[in-house]
Amino acid sequence: MMTNLAAGRAADRIMDMAADTAAEAQEMLAITDLKTHFFTQKGVVPAVDGVSIRIPEKQVMGIVGESGCGKSVTAMSILQLVSRPGRIVGGSIMLDGEELVGKSVKEMRNIRGNKVSVIFQEPMTSLNPVYTVGRQVSEAITVHRQVGKQEARQQVVEMFKAVGIPEAERRFNSFPHQLSGGLRQRVMIAMAMVCQPKLMIADEPTTALDVTIEAQILHLMRRLEEKSNTSIMLITHNMGVVAEICDFVYVMYAGKVMEQAPVFELFDHTKHPYTKGLLNSIPKPTEEKQRLYNIKGMVPNLLRLPKGCRFSPRCEYAMPECREREPELYDCGKNHKVRCFLYQKDQGGGADE
Amino acid sequence: MQNSDILILNDQNLPPDLGLPPAEDIDAELLDNETMGDRIKTMLRKNKLAAASFVVIVLMCLAAAFAPFLTPYEPNKTSLKDRLAPPSREHILGCDELGRDHFTRLLYGTRVSVMIGLFPTSVAMIIGTVLGLFAGFYGGKIDFVIMRLADVVLAFPSLLLAMVVSYTLKGGIISIFLALAAVKWARTARVIRAQTLSMKEKEFVEAARSLGVKKSTIMFRHILPNCLPNLIVLLTLNIPESILDEASLSFLGIGAQPPSTSWGLMVFRCKPFLFEYPWLAIAPGVAILVFVLAFNFLGDGVRDALDPYLKD
Amino acid sequence: MARYIIKRILVAFPVLIAVSLILFVLLNVVPGDPVTVMMREHIKPELIEVFRERMGLNDPILVQFGRYMVNALRGDFGMSYKLQRDVSAMIREAFPHTIKLAIYAALVAWIIGIPAGILSAVKQNTLVDRAFMSFSLMGVSLPVFWAGLLMQYLFAFKLGWLPVTGYYSPRYYILPAIVLGWQSAGTIARLTRSNLLEVMKNDYIRTARAKGLGETVVVVGHALKNAMLPVVTMMAMQVAGLLGGAVMTESIFGIPGLGRITVDAMGTRDMPLLQGSVLFITAIIIIGNMVADLLYAFLDPRIRVE
Repeated sequence: MMTNLAAGRAADRIMDMAADTAAEAQEMLAITDLKTHFFTQKGVVPAVDGVSIRIPEKQVMGIVGESGCGKSVTAMSILQLVSRPGRIVGGSIMLDGEELVGKSVKEMRNIRGNKVSVIFQEPMTSLNPVYTVGRQVSEAITVHRQVGKQEARQQVVEMFKAVGIPEAERRFNSFPHQLSGGLRQRVMIAMAMVCQPKLMIADEPTTALDVTIEAQILHLMRRLEEKSNTSIMLITHNMGVVAEICDFVYVMYAGKVMEQAPVFELFDHTKHPYTKGLLNSIPKPTEEKQRLYNIKGMVPNLLRLPKGCRFSPRCEYAMPECREREPELYDCGKNHKVRCFLYQKDQGGGADE
Repeated sequence: MQNSDILILNDQNLPPDLGLPPAEDIDAELLDNETMGDRIKTMLRKNKLAAASFVVIVLMCLAAAFAPFLTPYEPNKTSLKDRLAPPSREHILGCDELGRDHFTRLLYGTRVSVMIGLFPTSVAMIIGTVLGLFAGFYGGKIDFVIMRLADVVLAFPSLLLAMVVSYTLKGGIISIFLALAAVKWARTARVIRAQTLSMKEKEFVEAARSLGVKKSTIMFRHILPNCLPNLIVLLTLNIPESILDEASLSFLGIGAQPPSTSWGLMVFRCKPFLFEYPWLAIAPGVAILVFVLAFNFLGDGVRDALDPYLKD
Repeated sequence: MARYIIKRILVAFPVLIAVSLILFVLLNVVPGDPVTVMMREHIKPELIEVFRERMGLNDPILVQFGRYMVNALRGDFGMSYKLQRDVSAMIREAFPHTIKLAIYAALVAWIIGIPAGILSAVKQNTLVDRAFMSFSLMGVSLPVFWAGLLMQYLFAFKLGWLPVTGYYSPRYYILPAIVLGWQSAGTIARLTRSNLLEVMKNDYIRTARAKGLGETVVVVGHALKNAMLPVVTMMAMQVAGLLGGAVMTESIFGIPGLGRITVDAMGTRDMPLLQGSVLFITAIIIIGNMVADLLYAFLDPRIRVE
């Protein structure tokens, strides 16, 4: 379905896909049954409700879903930067064999920006307006490494060059407001990569940028990922971005993973009705005129989750069973799992359509 | 407080990606069908200090209204034998330099403060509201003139301007009324203008306009009610300020004139006896502090409660 | 930046003129004719008319205003009716006392207000926060004149730690500075707190945390500078505002500053002195506000670096 978008990458990716299954042992990140809840006045909001995610070394893993589905909270849980009144109430987060849940504030500080770094959606507001960008990136080095000011500056300029900031020397002394959105996002990427982290979380990194800049930034991220040992966790609501850069995709809805599969498998054999809806709601260049599909209804209020499958009220295929109990993640083979009763029977077998 | 097996995260203030507003705003978020009154009531239930302040204000207003029934003495009745009498059973706070019962005068002084808190403030706010509405709604020259005038008034230190106005009007309670009204309208005008400007862009105003509703109706029926939270907040700021300003002006001798009683004037008149008869000057000051503080604590609570209305 | 400065100065100028005009008109419509005040009402009506004519009091008010302003710009504020002294000389004498008091008070306000505000914000909704905020509300609610008397009674009279009134050494300024500064401390603390809380919601604070910075570095290094921009403006404005507040404090503590002159002139209905001192204070305040804005522009790279 989306193969035309990603066709260029098809050949070299097939190898990786084969490797995927074998690579389970060297996971860079393994989140297991993570629960992050928000304790509000109106009740408990299960923003992340038992999510398990695995990212092998040197891979770009996508998390897709509408806003409010818990993507960002999952990411922030890794860094333990979930805002009050939210907290992790259960589960485990293993980073390169190291358990993060339960780490002290001090230990977490040593991990943030060092082993796990983040790029945020809004490059406009994510940089401190009163300091030069150079200073802000150097800070990421000096806080984690014992290096002098001059050396840090040198590294930052190198990094600026690596992320394609023209006139890197001069830009070091620029203030954020003097840079364009694309350049600011490059600065953010430089900040995220400068300590060579094991994992870089990119939270909607291109949403605020226009399309040509988006392509450049994605290309840059892909290139950096290939050159370094960093895995990338890309959070987006944009299936096009997923097709562009991801190796493996998790589709989240209302705090739960609905479907997970290698990227080509997901696009070619889409299973979950929600994923289908997401894919159908992107415009296709091949068709002249069409009404864009949209998924009926809205993301449910997490305080009043429907009984049974969370997606059932909006689902075209909903069966009586769906409103009764929650489906599990059913394994459909080829590393493809779906949380939908429609595929219950495919469990274990290699289901072809 | 929290369960020990639940991990408490130490860093806050990061907006989560939820269908909900950012976490730190959840307290400030409106519940369904919640009115301003409801929010203020809830605030009073939770904020003990504000509730206590409310009670204090009500009690003091009652004391002002029923002053003659609360004391056997006349406020202006002098009695030479009681000159500077110390506090006793008959005279709780003693007597002043003319032998007048200090407590009685304090009670009657409440009237001045309550009136000053209410009237000039209301007049100033009505003027400010109307000017702000016009400035915001019509824009152009009207806006320019009104707003520059407000700039000029706000450029003065308010007490100094009130002093000059009061001086020009030769003192007395009335001149304080006018002086305070002349000074306080400007801030209201500015706030209401800003609110009007943002309201003007709202759909319901556009709709009313396209239906050909009269401009005055739009201003006073559609826009004005939406300024109510701002007005309440301004009121909570203006009342204590006015009371303090009156006390200051009276203390300087250009406010309330003898024989009328005002707390500021009482402090002024008792100043010479500060070292021998300290309670005389201290008591009216305590009254001012308590009254103004009560208004400020209550106002603080009200501002918190109305915060969500003030956002746009 | 240069354009911003010029623009700001150009805005301040008309305000200054308008403020002077309003003051002039207000003070000159006072029924008590200056000539009668001067001559103590024992003079023949014809003579009054002669004096009025000679002093230009029969000219239209705008002409009088223009003449006054031209003279004022040359440093000539006229003669005091009561004291028969040059008003500008009196202002020159009084001003150092007032500015000294205002600066001491500002120091008190900043030293107490800023740390209190930061602490309240960091410990938001804790007991510390509530205590500080109640204390600052108390500062705002305090009648300055009364607080002054209370302190005189307590620290000067009862305890004998400090002198009651006077202006001979810095010791004399301690009480007035505390009295005057407390109120501003309250305002500064509240402003610092609310700005800091607002700034802490910004994305770049999240970025700073995600970099692995500790909370102290995040607050002091990243949030504070942004939060302090408006506070610095406020502080500069308050030095100006404190000049106005000095009116009260000076008359209580017997400091012969501008405020004292103003209050005395009001009492004796000494028009030129009153006009001169009020105009001078107001001008200083307007210029102070302008400097505050320029300071903001200088501190904020978004305005400074175009």
